[in-house]
Amino acid sequence: MKEEINAELFDHLVGLAALALSQEEAEYLRRELNNQLAAIHTLESIPLPEGIEPAARGVPYPPERSQPLREDVVEGCEQVAEILAQAPEFEDGYIVVPEIPHEDL
Amino acid sequence: MDYQELSAREIARRVRGGESSAVEVTEALLEHVERVDGAPGSLDFESGQVESGRVHAFITRTPERALDQARRVDEKIAAGEDPGALAGVPFTVKDIFCVEGTPSTAASRILANFIAPYTATPVARMESAGGVMIGKVNLDEFTYGSSSESSAFQPSPRNPWDTDRVPGGSSGGSAAAVAAYEGPLSLGTDTAGSIRQPAAFCGVVGLKPTYGRVSRYGLIAFGSSLDCPGPLSRDVADAALMMNAIAGPDSRDATTAVVDVPDYLQDLEAGVRGLRIGLSPEYFRVTYIDGQTGEPVENPIEKEISRATLEAAELLAGMGAEIVENVPMPHTRFGIPTYFVISRVEAASNLHRYDGVKYGFRAPELHEDLDSMYRRSRAAGFGTQPKLRMLMGMYVSAAQYSEQYYLRALKVRSLIRQDFDSAFDTDGPHRLDALLTPSTPSTAFPVGDVYGNSVLMQYSDQLNVPANHAGTPGLSLPAGLDLDGLPIGIQLLGPDFSEHRLLQIGKAYEMASADHDWRSRRPAALAGS
Repeated sequence: MKEEINAELFDHLVGLAALALSQEEAEYLRRELNNQLAAIHTLESIPLPEGIEPAARGVPYPPERSQPLREDVVEGCEQVAEILAQAPEFEDGYIVVPEIPHEDL
Repeated sequence: MDYQELSAREIARRVRGGESSAVEVTEALLEHVERVDGAPGSLDFESGQVESGRVHAFITRTPERALDQARRVDEKIAAGEDPGALAGVPFTVKDIFCVEGTPSTAASRILANFIAPYTATPVARMESAGGVMIGKVNLDEFTYGSSSESSAFQPSPRNPWDTDRVPGGSSGGSAAAVAAYEGPLSLGTDTAGSIRQPAAFCGVVGLKPTYGRVSRYGLIAFGSSLDCPGPLSRDVADAALMMNAIAGPDSRDATTAVVDVPDYLQDLEAGVRGLRIGLSPEYFRVTYIDGQTGEPVENPIEKEISRATLEAAELLAGMGAEIVENVPMPHTRFGIPTYFVISRVEAASNLHRYDGVKYGFRAPELHEDLDSMYRRSRAAGFGTQPKLRMLMGMYVSAAQYSEQYYLRALKVRSLIRQDFDSAFDTDGPHRLDALLTPSTPSTAFPVGDVYGNSVLMQYSDQLNVPANHAGTPGLSLPAGLDLDGLPIGIQLLGPDFSEHRLLQIGKAYEMASADHDWRSRRPAALAGS
């Protein structure tokens, strides 16, 4: 079967997805991607009628079915402390993260 | 009293009328769960912990929350207030919905420690109608699968009819719980069949509503243009009862449609006289890509499932429906390839928010910089299936490939929608009220048989996914048992916002088959309970 996603392209995608993979996991995932692409290529056998529009969703939303816009008002949140408490690292009112990559000018 | 045996309607009737208290109903259900469910799913599971014959539907049981809610219902009744249409009805929630104060995990390590600070709209509506949530049930990680085996919380749920088999997925915990009488209602989600396929595998009713009929607020997103919350129940009328509570616009989900919600219980027994119900040959075969050769293979669906579907058509015809044969649905077989593109792009986008910064899992190592923290946290936090979806989504939406893949898939989605528009067109040649199809190409498969083959697994949703692309509603109904004693499901597909009609047809079928032998059979997991 055609290997559409080669090792180099795969590594590029892994970078885009912000992942890091073991060798075993990488082999499995790359094989499954190529298998799924074989299925995806069957879409090329469909003649697309002239002027067919892409559908971002199935059900149409004419204006009478769409929700009216509402006022842009601030609503308070009572659980600020609970929400912040879920941050993996939190100190003095700040969410703490490791060094942000940067270049010294 | 064995309250687990009662329908949601009967429980609500008794509780509302003061014959039973919500607390006693809740206690009885919690005890039943103790007897049949076994250990809940956990991150530190070891394979020796699978208890033979147990359902393992749950990730988190919430007995205190349930009893608090039950007491509130009882207090309302004592005070002479209306406790709501679901008064005292125990229900479970697929653990992809946020429920305030509960772990809301998506069956993923990356959200294992996340406690939701708010409650999803459909759950809030069930609770304000007096429903009692008894726990959160297991699923495929982030709903990515059709067997529930990919959950990070093991053991994954088992099929109550044969606990060596999968319950389907991704709402496998919901379907298994309902089939094992662990609450008459469960809230699931359906992105490509994830309510209907497990409902079929477990012999219960599952309704995927029209996109926009039920709010997605508080649902942890997978494919935002495809996801639909909906009910799983033991019978059609209970699904109608639950729809009455959850359907309707929500100011917190701008994609909910401003369309009047009917009373789904009213006219439920209107019958099928004069309705036009279609059969399509495209729904009696599956076409998939062979993993070894990459070539398309076409197979008929399992014989007993076709037979059950055709028998249902005969029963409905006997009640006055007009059966319309050979309705063309020519793009059915492209539903899965289209889904392989669209759902992956949406999933990749939705999964980018999990970064180990604001909530959820952060890899415990000392990280040299932010970027390595992201990578390690996502690598250890996500299981294989989310990773596979992200990578595919990245590829098919990349600038240089998106026209070939993503844009093309969106155009095929229009063609799939046109199949439905044409079948239901009131001025067209078919003028269908509903299409009757099998729910699945096969009955439940053994645990471990398909898992790992991501292409074959996806194809088990082939008969369900077109309705997700089209946004139209679908109802799966139990329709018998195969020779191995496994449930068979049939599916009714209808035009936008026709849930009431599908439920009416489902109810008619239920009444016509009420005396069939298989209806008196019970899942093996209930033996001894």
